[in-house]
Amino acid sequence: MGEAIVITSGKGGVGKTTTTANLGTALALQEKKVCLVDTDIGLRNLDVVMGLENRIIYDLVDVVEERCKTHQALVKDKRFNDLLYLLPAAQTTDKSAVTPEQMKKLIDELKQDYDYILIDCPAGIEQGYKNAVAGADRAIVVTTPEKSSVRDADRVIGLLEKEEDMAPPKLVVNRIRSHMVRDGDMLDVDEVAAHLSIELIGIVADDDEVIKSSHNGEPVAHNPNNRASIAYRNIARRILGESVPLQLLEPEKDTFFTKFKRFIGMSR
Amino acid sequence: MKQSQNVVIKGTKDGLTLQLNDKCAYNELIEELTEKLDAVTKEGGDALITVIVQTGNRYVAEEEKEELRQLIRQRRHLIVEDIKSNVLTIDEAVQWKEENEIVSYAGRIRSGQVLEVPGDLLLIGDVNPGGTVMAGGSIFVMGALKGMAHAGCYGNDSAIIAAAKMMPSQLRISDHLTRSPDRYDEEEITESECAFINEAQQLVIDRLQVLKYLRPELSTFKGGF
Repeated sequence: MGEAIVITSGKGGVGKTTTTANLGTALALQEKKVCLVDTDIGLRNLDVVMGLENRIIYDLVDVVEERCKTHQALVKDKRFNDLLYLLPAAQTTDKSAVTPEQMKKLIDELKQDYDYILIDCPAGIEQGYKNAVAGADRAIVVTTPEKSSVRDADRVIGLLEKEEDMAPPKLVVNRIRSHMVRDGDMLDVDEVAAHLSIELIGIVADDDEVIKSSHNGEPVAHNPNNRASIAYRNIARRILGESVPLQLLEPEKDTFFTKFKRFIGMSR
Repeated sequence: MKQSQNVVIKGTKDGLTLQLNDKCAYNELIEELTEKLDAVTKEGGDALITVIVQTGNRYVAEEEKEELRQLIRQRRHLIVEDIKSNVLTIDEAVQWKEENEIVSYAGRIRSGQVLEVPGDLLLIGDVNPGGTVMAGGSIFVMGALKGMAHAGCYGNDSAIIAAAKMMPSQLRISDHLTRSPDRYDEEEITESECAFINEAQQLVIDRLQVLKYLRPELSTFKGGF
């Protein structure tokens, strides 16, 4: 019996879909059987980020309305040997095509066959959000270190905490630009975590490689050397229960001067 | 024999007190009250007299109170100041209790959440920006107040808002409101503060120490030190 994790944020454009794709990839790299579910009906793009768009035959609405069997709609990721699947959203209808009850039934069915089901939630807190949260056992809230995004994350956490039978949500701080944090133009991770007061499960630096990999339809988590990829792999390991320390955002060069400043307490 | 002492009129220096018998039938009472009032107004001069009605252990409903007021007000020089009764209905008692108790809540009020209580509110936690706390009485926040707080929300000007870290987006007391400065420097706020309405009817923020003199009713502690 697997576990369903919803990836949500409230605000749009903070990286829910990218996080879903990369966590799915990272979990599959750890030999787990993973199914990604895109619930952004009408505005699907998880399939694009995964590079699986041209293999879609049936979608989530077809499954829910019983026009096909669940396994027929699942798109297999060829890069893995039978480990990673995607259930794409429908593009021709909208969020009201599915009810939370139907979603819960579907997720419960998928939990029989997969270790992890990652549900990509649409932005907002309306019908689409309710559908996405309905079947989930726990939640990961993605935020960027911007005030608007943190505010919406706070709202969503409030809603998630009201859900019965759901574990407390965990936090991913995404797209951190360390030079802006250092200059005080962006919230730092500690501030965000203190404000939202939920457990931090990962931090991901802003990296051009992430955008490039989405563009090419190959999640960055495949690349073993990229810092964002390592961050996603670390989050996957934390989901599996390993204790992995947070990575340093900027490998700082230890010059004599910084050593001296640290010694006298001017720098960390 | 007719019992004719259902209404006792007493004169005090503040005006008249009407003591109404709580054992007799209500219509008998009205009858006798009418008679006695007629007698009193004949004697009376031109000065206005205030009247306090005491109904003893009789429960007087709102419409009956209105009837008594009407009856007394018809006599020219009489003004009803208050109608006092020793009894409350259970609903009124519950309402009275709710309006006078401190409700505590441990947790964080997040953006979009609203916590509303009829009496005083003791919040053990923070109010995040976008969150709202409302109380019929005062609000005490043991954490950081970064959202909106509305004390005395049913129109109580003497309500206060106290917070360990006062950095609200907006404060309201009764129908007064104040907006935050556009920026807070979090390190500057080291002390607990409170907000209240001052004599000039302005909503101001000050140190907690001023409350002892401004709102002595907040201290309910009785006994020796």
